[in-house]
This record gives sequence, structure tokens and C-alpha cells, in this order.
Amino acid sequence: MSNKEKEPFFSAKNMKLLTSPFGANNPVTVQILGICSALAVTAKLKPALVMSLSVMVVCAFANLILSLMRNTIPSRIRIIVQLVVVAALVILVDQFLKAFVYDVSKQLSVFVGLIITNCIIMGRLEAFALNNKPWPSFLDGIGNGIGYGIILVVLGFFRELLGAGTIWGYKVIPEAVYDFGYENNGLMLLPPMALISVGIIIWIHRSRDKSLIEK
Amino acid sequence: MENLLSIFVRSIFIDNMVFAFFFGMCSYIAVSKSVKTAMGLGVAVIFVMIVTVPVNYLLNVYVLSPGALAWISPEYASIDLSFLSFILFIAVIASIVQLVEMIVEKFSPSLYNQLGIFLPLIAVNCAILGGSLFMQEREYANIGEATVFALGSGIGWWLAIIGIAAIREKITYSNIPAPLRGVGITFIITGLMGIAFMTFLGIEL
Repeated sequence: MSNKEKEPFFSAKNMKLLTSPFGANNPVTVQILGICSALAVTAKLKPALVMSLSVMVVCAFANLILSLMRNTIPSRIRIIVQLVVVAALVILVDQFLKAFVYDVSKQLSVFVGLIITNCIIMGRLEAFALNNKPWPSFLDGIGNGIGYGIILVVLGFFRELLGAGTIWGYKVIPEAVYDFGYENNGLMLLPPMALISVGIIIWIHRSRDKSLIEK
Repeated sequence: MENLLSIFVRSIFIDNMVFAFFFGMCSYIAVSKSVKTAMGLGVAVIFVMIVTVPVNYLLNVYVLSPGALAWISPEYASIDLSFLSFILFIAVIASIVQLVEMIVEKFSPSLYNQLGIFLPLIAVNCAILGGSLFMQEREYANIGEATVFALGSGIGWWLAIIGIAAIREKITYSNIPAPLRGVGITFIITGLMGIAFMTFLGIEL
């Protein structure tokens, strides 16, 4: 497939597709896609990491498959075709998670299924894969998956650290600190603080990169 | 009857789709710039929700759950098709959205014009698929409970988007720090609204 392309696999243009979603074009904080799962699974670091890997895999392969089929799909029924391809990939991921990391799969509950309607995937399919060759689409999928993963891991790290005093399930805040009267902030684990944390991440991101400020 | 009422109130206030589970966040942020469009999308979500969840409930009970095929013949009783639920649910939702769009266009052009672009987008709104998946996970006893749950969840989502749209219309005149303008402040306000909704948590039904 991609062997026929004349440009090298990791040309400057392709690298840009891969890396721009990390910062300036981040799917969560800039394109505002895929928020629901980003918020819901980040109370702990481990499910956040598993979720971001699953989304990366689905996004990359959905982009690849749809890009291979892009010239044969009639545009009227493209949404249904996209949903079927994505749903099939998500079933694979779900069965895989149930087989190998059952406890995390239980914690993620319905959110694995909701990868199907994760707007990052539909958004990248509509905006990129349907108009581009398979290899760039695949890189775009991986790049957006990683960009999404970065936000999830940052959120999961801080929410778990401040909310439960642990990281990856291990205690990191020493007992002595608690003796001085430090308390875990249980609110960090609850849904509202996830929203406020994303708001703060957007705030920091946009103060550093002024070109993203609205209006 | 009491049970139905409790499911209804629970799904609107305590297990609110937006504040407790973040379902449909993408369209919630994108379409909440004015109350009028938010109203259109909110009504469309309620509508699609109360149609798709009961259909998926029947599908779940008679086709998907373990042993569900026993009504065809006892020898199928050992079949478990639950791994197919994602693909069937999303297929049902996509086709019902298409169907609803055509029906509304035929019988009520004025409503169709109001909902317009939102209807097709609802197929990929996670609140809808989330409703069906929660219905499956929580194992409601009969189709009545599932429908009431769908209605409550839809109304909860509508309430949330109307609220944020009204607040966003007001804050356009406020002096917000430049990097927070638009999306950032919307997230923080939603978080504060979520904290307000947490006061319902203590209610025993």
C-alpha cells in the first residue's frame, strides 16, 4: 500500500502530522474533541493510560482502514460505514481488555464502548482520513491518539496524587506529611473537579501559546 | 409506580448525564453558545433517547444477553451474543436517527427546520449510546423502567445544556482573563454547576 509512495516514510510533512496534535493542535484542549472519556476515566492513572492506548489503537487503525476505502464509499452513507468500522475495532479492543486486564476493563465500564462515539475518532475520520492517503492518515491517527493520551495521563496523575495520595496505586505521600495535618482532597476524585482541571490545563496551555486565545 | 418515579428523579438530578458522567460533552461545549440552538439540540436528544433506549432494551433482552435466544428454540439457550452489543446498538441508533429525521421532515417541517442540522449529529452524541449502554449495565427489570430512565436522562441533558447556554450568553459581557475566554471558562462553570448538582446526592428515594 504505502510502499508505492515516493516520499520517505518519515518526511518532514509526515512528522508534522504526527507531532502537531501533541501541543498546538491538541485534540482535547484545542479541538475540544473526546472530552467525555477524557474526564470520566482519569480519577486514577492506570485506567487513564489504558484508555489512551485503546483510543490510540482504534484511531490509528480506523484512519488507516477508512483511508484505504475512501474512494469506494458513497458520501451519503459514510457515517454508517465509519461507525461500523469503528465499532468492529472497539469490539476487538474490548475483548482484548477483558482478556488481559480484567480489573481495568471493569473500571472503564461503558467508556470502552463509548470509544465508538468518541468525537476524536469521528472527527479525524471526517476531517483527515477521507481525503488523504493511508500512511499519513495512520500517522495522524497515532498523533491524535498520543495528544489525547498526554492530557489523560496529566489529568490522571494530578487527580490521583492530590485526591488519593497515590500514583499507579502506590502510596507516594509519606505518613509524616499526614501527621502534620495534610488531608487528601477527596473532591479531586469527583466529576466536577475533572472539568475544572481541564479548564486549568486549557488556561495554562493558552497563556503559553497566545495564538490559541479566542476572539 | 414509586420505583418508576425514583428512577426518573435519579436519572435527571443524581446520575445527571453531563455532570456525573460527562456524556455528550463535545456537543455540549460546541452548541451551547446560544439558548435557542441549545434548546433545539436538547429537545432532539430527549426525543432520540426515548426512541432508541426501549428498542435497544428489547434487542438486549431477546437477542444479546446470555441465553436470550431461548425463545426461538431451547437448543440456542447456551448462546451468548453480548460481545455484539456495541455494533448492534450503534447500528440501531444510526438507523433510528435517520428514520426520525425522515418522519419529522414529512410530518412537521417547522420542527424539522428547528432541529435541522442537529438531528444527524445526534447519532454520534455519546449521551445516546451511553444511555443504551447504561441500560444494559444496570439491568432494568422491564421496558417501562428503561423508557423512564431514557426520558429522565434526556431531560437531565437538556437541563444541563440550557443552563450552560444561558450562563454563556450572560458572560460574554464579563471581563474574563484572555486565555480562559470561550472554552476554558465553560469547563470551569460546568464544574461549578456539577458541584451544585452534587447537593442532590444525599436524597434518598
